[in-house]
Amino acid sequence: MLKILKYSFYDLIRSRWTYIYCGFYLLFTLSLLWLSSDLSKVVISLMNVVLLLCPLIATMFGVMYYYNSREFTELLLAQPIRRTSIFFGQYLGVAGSLSASWLIGTGIPFILYGVFGSAQAGNFFTLMLVGVALSFIFSGLAFLIALNNENRIKGFGLAILVWLFFAVIYDGLLLLSLAWFSEYPLEKFSLTASMLNPIDLSRILILLKLDISALMGFTGAVFRKFLGTGFGMSVSLIVLTLWIILPTLGIRRVSLRKDF
Amino acid sequence: MLHPHIIKTLTATAFLMMAVALQGRVIEVCPECPVSSISEAIELAQPCDTVLVKKGTYSEGNILIGKDLTLFGEGNPILDGGGNSEILTIHSQFFHIEGFTIQNIGTSYTQDRAGIRMKESQNFTIKNNRLLDAFFAIYLEKSKDGVVENNFVLGQAENEAGSGNAIHLWYCENIIVKDNHLAGHRDGIYLEFVDNSRVTGNIAENNLRYGLHFMFSNDNFYHHNTFRNNGAGVAVMYSRRIDMFQNVFEKNWGAASYGLLLKEIHDSRIEQNSFLENTVGIFTETSNRLTYVRNTFAHNGWAMKISGGCQQNVLTQNNFMSNSFDLAVQIAGMDNNYDGNFWSDYSGYDLDRDGVGDVPHRPMKLFSYIVTRTPESIVLMRSLFVDILNFSEKVSPIFTPENVVDHAPKMKQTSGIAQGAETPGPKIDPAAKPGHSLTQNALTIK
Repeated sequence: MLKILKYSFYDLIRSRWTYIYCGFYLLFTLSLLWLSSDLSKVVISLMNVVLLLCPLIATMFGVMYYYNSREFTELLLAQPIRRTSIFFGQYLGVAGSLSASWLIGTGIPFILYGVFGSAQAGNFFTLMLVGVALSFIFSGLAFLIALNNENRIKGFGLAILVWLFFAVIYDGLLLLSLAWFSEYPLEKFSLTASMLNPIDLSRILILLKLDISALMGFTGAVFRKFLGTGFGMSVSLIVLTLWIILPTLGIRRVSLRKDF
Repeated sequence: MLHPHIIKTLTATAFLMMAVALQGRVIEVCPECPVSSISEAIELAQPCDTVLVKKGTYSEGNILIGKDLTLFGEGNPILDGGGNSEILTIHSQFFHIEGFTIQNIGTSYTQDRAGIRMKESQNFTIKNNRLLDAFFAIYLEKSKDGVVENNFVLGQAENEAGSGNAIHLWYCENIIVKDNHLAGHRDGIYLEFVDNSRVTGNIAENNLRYGLHFMFSNDNFYHHNTFRNNGAGVAVMYSRRIDMFQNVFEKNWGAASYGLLLKEIHDSRIEQNSFLENTVGIFTETSNRLTYVRNTFAHNGWAMKISGGCQQNVLTQNNFMSNSFDLAVQIAGMDNNYDGNFWSDYSGYDLDRDGVGDVPHRPMKLFSYIVTRTPESIVLMRSLFVDILNFSEKVSPIFTPENVVDHAPKMKQTSGIAQGAETPGPKIDPAAKPGHSLTQNALTIK
């Protein structure tokens, strides 16, 4: 598995798209830091980008890589290598290279700016963590979709739909249901519902650190208990880890059963 | 005795010094002296004498003073209440107390025990004292023309019902509360039926309820104070003609917490204050004809929440910077004016370069409206969907009140952020007094 991981990783690292992806983050972060003197504002702007872009690129990249390397995969399948090693190797290669692009692209400007000495160091780490987690989650989902669909067009379509669902539609539905049932106590529901979407979850993880003053403005004891303490943080982190593990398990299941 | 008219024209402090100089009789009290208790010294004293208390601990229970005296502590003498007694109860036409540590008053649910109580008194100064573990620390009732200056008050209040206020004023007039540091009580400063008074340069922090609390008190002004990390900030209620300027309201966080609560306040001015990192910067309800000028709101959850019944208020030249929500107006159809402020999230342009944006700004976002109606939807803050919603609402407003709009948003922020009070005491600039003038009689502090 390690060999395949290494191969996929180096293959992607040499790819033009990885450079573009990394370069984009590098430029974007640099210009943000250049233009704004307020580190927390930069973190917020980057948050908006990472919540949108990381999942999108991870989904697209994952699907693309799977379909493109299909012939190579078939070749590997003929060899005495375990199936799970092949697919995990490829999946981790994609997720790893995307995470590396993200970490290098945003990390370097921040470190040059001197984030470690500032009060924003914690927020910076959360942001980095969220970017990596989202890359892993969504490339995992992408692999799962691609494995389940032989038809490329269908696979791409489905992948985009999944991204759109988590990024926009889910929030719309949530808001609608909140407005609809506004006469009922909704605190637990709204918290649980946002836990179930990795993008919302990542957003809340960052907001917990940044906009806590607004989030605290509630009479609801559930919110205060959850958002105001380390408990909320740890639950968020656990659920985020679950979101990484579940697609991985899915990949394992499908790859073991699939008839190539 | 000097004639009351003369008293009126002189400052209390200057007058005191003069009186001491004129009379000159000093009664010394110390544990080893011929006069070893304060009560005894007061018994002996003639009007206008000075009782000089030397270093030591005095546990004499409740000391009643009905004479015009100067009570001066040398080397920080300690008056101990033993946990079950009020300490100084003063009824005097002319009084000065300075340099004591007053401690251990003890909680009572039946009487309002105080460290220093001025009862129906006039012309007094309470200065440079330390009040520790007091129930009520300084309690002024039906008194006038007094100064409470540079006292350090630290309580250990645990719940609102079983704690008193650091400085409590009830039916008073013409009082100056200046440069005090107040912490760990229910309210930092409490004023009820207090007129023509001034609260300045104080720091009120870590109090359970409010840093400053006004009730039914007219024609007062407070400025250069810092209110930090109190249970619910500052509350000004049922009063008229209050001037608030150059105060700092910061870090008042919590479920029902705000920097400044205004309820039924009319004809007042709020100028050059800073509201930093509060859950709600200003919460205002049924308050009319207020002017908010040159205030700075930064990093608050809500900069301002305007509830029902607020008419003819003017907001201008304020800075709204990096607040999660700038404005939440709960009811449409109020005729407040929001023109000429700086909004950090204003996205318009200024083609003619006159410093005023060419496109009107709508400070109330759709999401702010949604959160007001369904508080739980806060979990969606800053999500892409919400941004899309806000954008479409901005293009064509449907839900948000139509008249909540800044027709002339400023491109640059107004300079001059309030500094509030620093430890130790602040520099007070007498020239910085804006707004209508208060009747300036009797007391001025040099």
